[in-house]
Amino acid sequence: MITFTVVGSFWLEIFLKVGVLRRARRVVLSILPVATIFIIWDLYAISRGHWHFDSKQIIGLLTPGGIPFEEILFFTVVPLAAIMTIEAVGVVKRKNPKWIFGDEK
Amino acid sequence: MSYTQLALLAVPIAILFDLFLTRRRMILRRAFWTSYAIILPFQLLTNWWLTSREIVMYRHPFIIGFRIASAPVEDLLFGFALILGVISLWIYWGSRGVQQERDQRPE
Repeated sequence: MITFTVVGSFWLEIFLKVGVLRRARRVVLSILPVATIFIIWDLYAISRGHWHFDSKQIIGLLTPGGIPFEEILFFTVVPLAAIMTIEAVGVVKRKNPKWIFGDEK
Repeated sequence: MSYTQLALLAVPIAILFDLFLTRRRMILRRAFWTSYAIILPFQLLTNWWLTSREIVMYRHPFIIGFRIASAPVEDLLFGFALILGVISLWIYWGSRGVQQERDQRPE
């Protein structure tokens, strides 16, 4: 599933030259605070039993609190894919003055 | 709190974050909604994968029980809050001049 998300979005980096991966500082500043909140949510949900994972279908590396390694990847890859998506929309639409993204100079 | 309650709370928090903290107002922009429209079918597909194969399982009574593409409807609210939060913060840093340009060289 992670591979699917990577393949599904990272081609935007190459072919539309969204240049997200090159902007590592902005990526980290954008993903880390949000992912932290969602990982706290994940910890709470796991501790209360809202959801659980099939131990046979994960590699089995767990953080303290029982978050699978894949879940940490999820909270990195999914936000990256979201950023690449809006940047790809930007590549196509930023020239049009009707499309305001909110970070124009 | 149940997953249902947390998911229902996460969406307004993400919207308030976007409107008043980053003040990027992505929620009002077609750039955001176009991106979300692209992301949503992929989310449904990955949700379906993770839940139909029982990689991730959800327990009652923490979910309301209504499912879309085999995943609890709460997942859509969860995903929406995550995507809005990240995109709003990404645009915020851009507006502050942090690696704003696509072709910017690494600093």
